Amino acid sequence: MVTGRTLNQTTDIETLERVAAETRLRVLEMSSRAKTAHLGGALSCIDILTALYGAVLRIDPEHPENSDRDRCILSKGHAISAMYACLAKWGFFPEAELVHYNAENSRLPEQPSPGCAPGIEWATGSLGHGLSVALGMALAGRMAGRSYNCYAVMSDGECEEGSIWEAAMMAAQRKVDRLVAIVDYNKLQATGRVNEIMAMDPLPDKWRAFGWHCQEVDGHDMGALVAALERARAFGEQPSVIVAHTVKGKGVSFMEDDNNWHYRSPTEEEVKTARIELGLADASLLSGGSSQQ
Amino acid sequence: MRNAFAQEITHLAWANDRVVLLMGDIGNRLFDEYKEAFGERFFNCGVGEANMVSVAAGIAASGFRPVCYTITPFMTARCYEQTRIDVCYHNVPVVIVGTGAGLSYASLGATHHSFDDIALMRVLPEMRVFCPGDAMEVRACLRLALEQEGPVYIRLGKKNEPVVHESPPELEVGQFFRVAEGENVCLLSCGNMLPEVMQVRERLQGEDISTEVMSCFSVKPLDEDCLARAFGRFDVVATIEEHSKIGGFGAAVAEWRADHPAGGAQLLRFGIGDAFFHQAGGQAYLRRLAGLDAPSMAGQILSKLAARA
Ligand SMILES: Cc1ncc(C[n+]2csc(CCOP(=O)(O)OP(=O)(O)O)c2C)c(N)n1
Repeated sequence: MVTGRTLNQTTDIETLERVAAETRLRVLEMSSRAKTAHLGGALSCIDILTALYGAVLRIDPEHPENSDRDRCILSKGHAISAMYACLAKWGFFPEAELVHYNAENSRLPEQPSPGCAPGIEWATGSLGHGLSVALGMALAGRMAGRSYNCYAVMSDGECEEGSIWEAAMMAAQRKVDRLVAIVDYNKLQATGRVNEIMAMDPLPDKWRAFGWHCQEVDGHDMGALVAALERARAFGEQPSVIVAHTVKGKGVSFMEDDNNWHYRSPTEEEVKTARIELGLADASLLSGGSSQQ
Repeated sequence: MRNAFAQEITHLAWANDRVVLLMGDIGNRLFDEYKEAFGERFFNCGVGEANMVSVAAGIAASGFRPVCYTITPFMTARCYEQTRIDVCYHNVPVVIVGTGAGLSYASLGATHHSFDDIALMRVLPEMRVFCPGDAMEVRACLRLALEQEGPVYIRLGKKNEPVVHESPPELEVGQFFRVAEGENVCLLSCGNMLPEVMQVRERLQGEDISTEVMSCFSVKPLDEDCLARAFGRFDVVATIEEHSKIGGFGAAVAEWRADHPAGGAQLLRFGIGDAFFHQAGGQAYLRRLAGLDAPSMAGQILSKLAARA
């Protein structure tokens, strides 16, 4: 049984904030080396993932396949660099391996393949699947008499998929209390502002109308995130969603709320500047491996 | 091919005020010019492909000429039933354009690979399937598509591929386009493989094998006259596509061949095997894994010729 927290886990907010900053630096380095896109949406969900892996999920990095572990799916799979960096930070595999992100034959592809690396629960990258899969895992847990929780981290653009709302209805109907959805509500999608493309707002009211317990938080306030995730876990009789208000590109002034960073990757110079902004001027950088493609 | 599509659709929208563009939250800035000129005939449908296709069917049934555009697997597999029922069964003229054929988005993994789309689209009654070989053929295919009375699927590659034609060729539905003449081997090139196929030809010509290249953009309907001629005349006929060998263009040719066994040519089919790619890597790498690179295809054709001699 995975009952307690993992060795690494902490509820010390300052520690979580520092780890989140370090994770951001890794993600910037990965994008810069591998010349990959989708950086902005990776940076916006790092605090959410850090709160989950650092303080909330009952999962042992030494035994990532333990059948009682909590399940966490990054449904917005294009932001998987954030998940890889986070898993490495919390001990699922060595941080040094991050240099192989998107390299030929690496176990860290630009978007995940099934079980590609320890801690990766699902191959995502096609939007709108993760919530339904997490619902299935939660239903299976209930049938098997297990007490793990299932989490799906989604993007706002993703909530335009009809399948999200099909899952939302079913989860409420079945009173799946061990399902927690987190929406990284950064207000931007690939081609513009979410609320100019689709009538997404009022998003929390939509979830409530679908029968979910809904909390709104500042998705970059670590204390608020951890508290909301704890409450979501304790909430009986209903599935729970956290609408996390976030900023795409969070943490780097010249990337924040600028959708060019859905496509661009940073130069080495830009990574250096960002590193200072993150307060990590002295942190060691990833080294070795090939910067490729 | 992407940029050629964006320019051509804008061009055609000037000439035809019934042209409507729907897209699914991709192609940042690609359609700025179109949007500027035809804002009221532009719909960003967000990340909701199924809805997009049925909306397009409704628009088409009411007298307009909708063109839908997003990444290939989301444009074909994700909304398949909408295409099958609302577009094909109702036989309305929706042009469905998938970008990222085959392994164009190789590094993004299986969610973005598309080597089943020809099979999916080809099996639908009423559907025409066009696989242009370069940016110029994209323009010609789009023009042709908007002249059809029913549904059309157009399979685009990515951006900045090598261009084979100098200007848009005159294409006819159901007629392959001869890109190069030859006598011994006929390469039937499907879609975005055309530049690679031209390299196969170069290698074969270098071995004194006279090689013809046809750009087989019209996968459905097939060019039956061309096939009858090719199987009667050449030693080897090879189909080349960035698609599964199951159900794709080569399979369509093999089906035709089974029904029309005359002619002595040997059929060779190049395509992707019956497996997902789990490897990380770019398009050139995955093509090599699939044997879809010029050296390995030319090698196989040469051994086939040697075995016949
Ligand atoms: C089903 C599906 N359709 C389209 C895409 C292409 N795509 C990748 S990211 C993206 C949208 C990004 O916006 P959002 O989902 O809000 O993510 P974020 O802004 O947080 O990065 C799209 C449309 C996809 N991955 N899956």
